[in-house]
Amino acid sequence: MSSRVEILNDGGYRSDGRRQYELRDISIDLSPRGTADGSALITHGLTEVMVDVFGPKEAKSRGQSVHDRATVSVEVGIMPFSTGERRKRNRGDKRVLELAASIRQTFEPIIQTSLYPRSEISIFVHILQQDGGLLPASINATTLALLTAGIPLTDYVTAMTCGVHSTTSLLDLTILEENDLPHLTVASLPRTGKVTLVTMETRLHAERVTECLKIAGEAGKILHKEMKKAVEARTQKLAQAMEMAPKVAVVGGGSGGVGDVEMEDEMDT
Amino acid sequence: MVEITIRKRPREDAVVTQRKFFKKTARGKVIKVLRERYLRDDVNCGIQRCSLCSLDVEPTLPPLGTQEHQALSFGHYVIPDTNVFLAQMDLIESPLFKTPIVLLQTVMEEVRHRSLPLFNRLKMLMRTDEKTVWVFYNEYRSETAVIREEGETPNDRNDRGIRKATAWYNSHISLARPPIRNQPKPVLTTAVLLTDDVANRQKAEAEGLKAISVRRYVEGLKDANQLLDLLSVKGEEIEPTRAAAPRQALYPEYLPTATVLAGIKAGQLHQGHFNANQYNYLEGSVNVPAFTKPILLVGRETMNRAIDGDIVAVEVFPESEWKAPGDEVVDQESTLKNDDAEDSDDEEGEDDVEAAVELRIVQKEGTKRPAAEKQPTGRIVGMVKRNWRSYVCHIDRTSLQSSNPGSLSQQTVFATPVSRLLPRIRLRTRQAPSLVGQKILVTIDRWDSSSRYPEGHFVRALGQVESKEAEQESLLLEFDVPYRPFGKAILDCLPKEGDAWVVPPKNADDPEWKGRDDLRDLLICSIDPPGCQDIDDALHARPLPNGNIEAGVHIADVSRFVLPDTPMDNEAAARGTTVYLVDKRIDMLPELLGTNLCSLRPHVERLAFSVIWELSPEAEIVNVRFTKSVIASKEAFTYEAAQLRKDDPNMHDDLTKSIRLLNDLAIKLKAGRMAAGALNLASPEVKIHLDSAESSDPVDVEQKQLLETNSLVEEFMLLANISVARKIQETFPQTAVLRRHMPPPPTNFEKLKDVLLKRTGRSLDVSSSGALAASLDQCIDPNEPAFNTLVRIMATRCMLSAEYFCSGSVGRDTFGHYGLASPIYTHFTSPIRRYADVLAHRQLSAAISYSPLHPSLHSKPYVERVLDVVNRRHRMAQMASRASVEFYVGLALKARGISGTVTEDAFVIRTFRNGINVFVSALGIEGLVMFKREIQFDAENYTVSVPSPNDGAPTTISVFDKVRVKIDVEKDPNTQRGKVKMTLVSPVNSASL
Ligand SMILES: [Zn+2]
Repeated sequence: MSSRVEILNDGGYRSDGRRQYELRDISIDLSPRGTADGSALITHGLTEVMVDVFGPKEAKSRGQSVHDRATVSVEVGIMPFSTGERRKRNRGDKRVLELAASIRQTFEPIIQTSLYPRSEISIFVHILQQDGGLLPASINATTLALLTAGIPLTDYVTAMTCGVHSTTSLLDLTILEENDLPHLTVASLPRTGKVTLVTMETRLHAERVTECLKIAGEAGKILHKEMKKAVEARTQKLAQAMEMAPKVAVVGGGSGGVGDVEMEDEMDT
Repeated sequence: MVEITIRKRPREDAVVTQRKFFKKTARGKVIKVLRERYLRDDVNCGIQRCSLCSLDVEPTLPPLGTQEHQALSFGHYVIPDTNVFLAQMDLIESPLFKTPIVLLQTVMEEVRHRSLPLFNRLKMLMRTDEKTVWVFYNEYRSETAVIREEGETPNDRNDRGIRKATAWYNSHISLARPPIRNQPKPVLTTAVLLTDDVANRQKAEAEGLKAISVRRYVEGLKDANQLLDLLSVKGEEIEPTRAAAPRQALYPEYLPTATVLAGIKAGQLHQGHFNANQYNYLEGSVNVPAFTKPILLVGRETMNRAIDGDIVAVEVFPESEWKAPGDEVVDQESTLKNDDAEDSDDEEGEDDVEAAVELRIVQKEGTKRPAAEKQPTGRIVGMVKRNWRSYVCHIDRTSLQSSNPGSLSQQTVFATPVSRLLPRIRLRTRQAPSLVGQKILVTIDRWDSSSRYPEGHFVRALGQVESKEAEQESLLLEFDVPYRPFGKAILDCLPKEGDAWVVPPKNADDPEWKGRDDLRDLLICSIDPPGCQDIDDALHARPLPNGNIEAGVHIADVSRFVLPDTPMDNEAAARGTTVYLVDKRIDMLPELLGTNLCSLRPHVERLAFSVIWELSPEAEIVNVRFTKSVIASKEAFTYEAAQLRKDDPNMHDDLTKSIRLLNDLAIKLKAGRMAAGALNLASPEVKIHLDSAESSDPVDVEQKQLLETNSLVEEFMLLANISVARKIQETFPQTAVLRRHMPPPPTNFEKLKDVLLKRTGRSLDVSSSGALAASLDQCIDPNEPAFNTLVRIMATRCMLSAEYFCSGSVGRDTFGHYGLASPIYTHFTSPIRRYADVLAHRQLSAAISYSPLHPSLHSKPYVERVLDVVNRRHRMAQMASRASVEFYVGLALKARGISGTVTEDAFVIRTFRNGINVFVSALGIEGLVMFKREIQFDAENYTVSVPSPNDGAPTTISVFDKVRVKIDVEKDPNTQRGKVKMTLVSPVNSASL
């Protein structure tokens, strides 16, 4: 039997008080961390994902390098306590591998890899806490980490989950909702509206899929605004820091990246 | 485009907005769960024309509340706490209780967790047009959300939340109507907290809130006298005024829940439904998986306050103490007629008459009986779940202290339930004298260990005993049949053209025609009982050039009109089935659909869902296809008319030929089924003749006659159901809606086999349905044609009932339908009157890619849940129809009795120590013949020996003997309940025995 929590009550509220198309709270932290070239920490509802990007740098071994572009590798680590269930997921875990593959497939065509032949871009995704929307949060954080690392992208990639409760579609599912509803994750490019990734774990009728794609795409645009704001805020902070202390070098490869992003964003408006 | 927003959650509010708790998983691991909650300022108060709340929903609370209360001079709403709904639902539901109610989310959730049936009643209440109930989502509104404090119990937290919401309402109202300068301060509508919890009331008053107990509140209402009777005694426990005088316990206390659950888990206790015995009120049984025979419970104490349907925990005695079920009819009313309702608590020792009788019965339960008849015997030690509901009762006249019709004093009386399975209920009422002779509805509130009888309260009167309205309504209530008229929201789901709706002219672009086959030219006809208004099936057949035959079954396309998850769909799912009473039909779907738009009337174009086969001349399926279609039936036959048409040698038109073709195929189909081992079962079916449509006065009873054309329709419906079952199971292996009939456990037949062997020397092979069918065919008495039917009826009673199930929920090897000897089966052919068929239609429609499948039908838990309800409704509907027939048979007997005595042939089907149970096939009823004088009883040989009245040689009567009985309908002087009484006329006259 299904849980005794009502997914969507008669008043139109979901179990956490949101309405159908309300996204959970999002906070973005782009402060540099350690030796990573770019980092992003996204807290989306209670899901928390941190992504570190290293590169582009020379490929470690010849065998892995490609002569006309950079290779992209993704590793995912899930903290043992992230679900509340104390269960260790190894890197070889099927779900972890799938997650990594989905992220790599999403970003390979977006990163302008041809600019960096024979080099390597490594993405490390750390799942700190999960409450649904794991893949979207990972994708959104990866976009931001790549941007802060100064790696040129053809566009932002934003991702969102959409589920169907009876005939009503719901955006941004918690884990409780994900367990109960057929749903899909949609990654899209906000500028063109192009969908780059759709994953689905349960059967869903074609008609509903179309609706979900549309709504998740719209939600992507909202996310885009939020992400852009965070990137701009960081740029401003960096600029201020540079004005105040022009001789202090900026840690990591951040500064170069900012220029790229700004150019991208100008074209966006 | 929709508006998408991000809900910002202030970080500093984390305490309120995050909830951490620990949960145990199915595997026993403890995990930490973190949930968040988004608080908002736009949760609507629900007061009409509120100046502060947004207009996105339509508020329902009248701005001035209600002013009809003696003690509260101001306009008000009530905010009841959870216990008010748990204990006083009958009061809240009463049409006389008109105060607008604010239902808090906290309260609603608590009710949902405490009792699902009450929660469903609450939901029903919210939908009722006459009631004003506004749900306020207090847990999501920032000012009213509360969080459990350190050391606070969940109960206290909820109470605090309820008080906070009450306070909020009052301040919200005053903010919405600020005083205007130079004008007198407006009198504000007040939200009043309704609670029977004294501590909560005191706290509320200390916080400056108005709070009142249910009783005090009701006393001030206009209809206080009637409403006060509806108060449950359960709710009053909380009042501290009632001194709890220690009473002697008559029943053992129940074990604590944790102990019970642990015991069940460990296998020391057994859990099951308590079944009362209709012949003996001192005996009951519980079916549990651990034993093939049910566990026997003998005597009040071991039954320990269980009421038929409760889920109980049983402890089984050592085998040396096992007993055989009683062989005596023990009637509660005659045994206990002298019990006093007022003071039966204070048992005057064990030496009173009733106790003595009971003791004798309990002790006599033979230890001498053969070991084979003994069953596991035990006692109830715990209650897992009460399944109490409202019961239809009569007031026992003898229990009245004052029968002065004007007396409004409160007295305690006995209410005797109509059902023989229930104990008498004690209730306190001020209306007792006026309730005598009426059918009334009573709810059981509690049954303490110190009280011999359960205590309940009066809900409402249904009308004079034997008035048709009262009998009809009591029947519907007794079997829990939802019979309210369809509400506005449901009727709004109907096509707005109403009965002017027609199939639009043919046009490939018209959505109505898209994907539909045009079968309007086919010679389709329907065959139904006379007067049938909801025609859901029609047929056709025609020869094909290749020598094969095309046959089609066309079913009303109900799923075109009943769309998933609409109010109409939800109502139909809740009703589950149409219920047929002798003089009334309670529809599953609104009449416009059932008897018009979805009824395949002749000469009208109708939308249908068609199953079309190519059959070989030997009726083997060559091909089958399914399609949505448009048909125009050419004729609506009655079984009789179709039969006459088919048999008329002068008729050679195509329609007649197609009936003959169908009939030939049906004969072969039936032969094929019988060869595969299908059972030809019998149930006593009689037809009630009503004198005229208006008076619906009976009346006469006649046995139903079956014609060849009955079988024609039946065979094709079976074929359609089987074909559809295969298709949907193939397409949706996890969630297909199917129907099965489990083979009965062989032990079910033990008694019948033994009786047959000992009384008639015949043996019954029950190893398979085919073997059983064959040996039932052998049970023929050349001198007594009815003997075979009788054995079939008795065999049918040994079987399990068929049920709907979700294909993914059970093993593939248990799909079979025993009675039909079909490996797979479903219901597809009556979507107007059965909800399972509606689901099968939706699945078939998706299976042929005509329409998408609603996501709910992809969900196993959903399908299981819906089918659980449908199965239950189905059972209840059958029992209700049967009871309705019985009532009319009773009336018919009474009518016949006036013009002389009624005597009929009957067969003995069971013998008791003090009576026999007979079956009157002409009337389809069973009855008891009781002997007052001592008789000889031979349990071993199912025989009683009755002394002849003139002291001659005793006469022996055995099971299967044919006897003649005189049938009277008598009124029970105490309860005014009509009772069928049978006395033997031959072989002996038992009037004096
Ligand atoms: Zn308001």
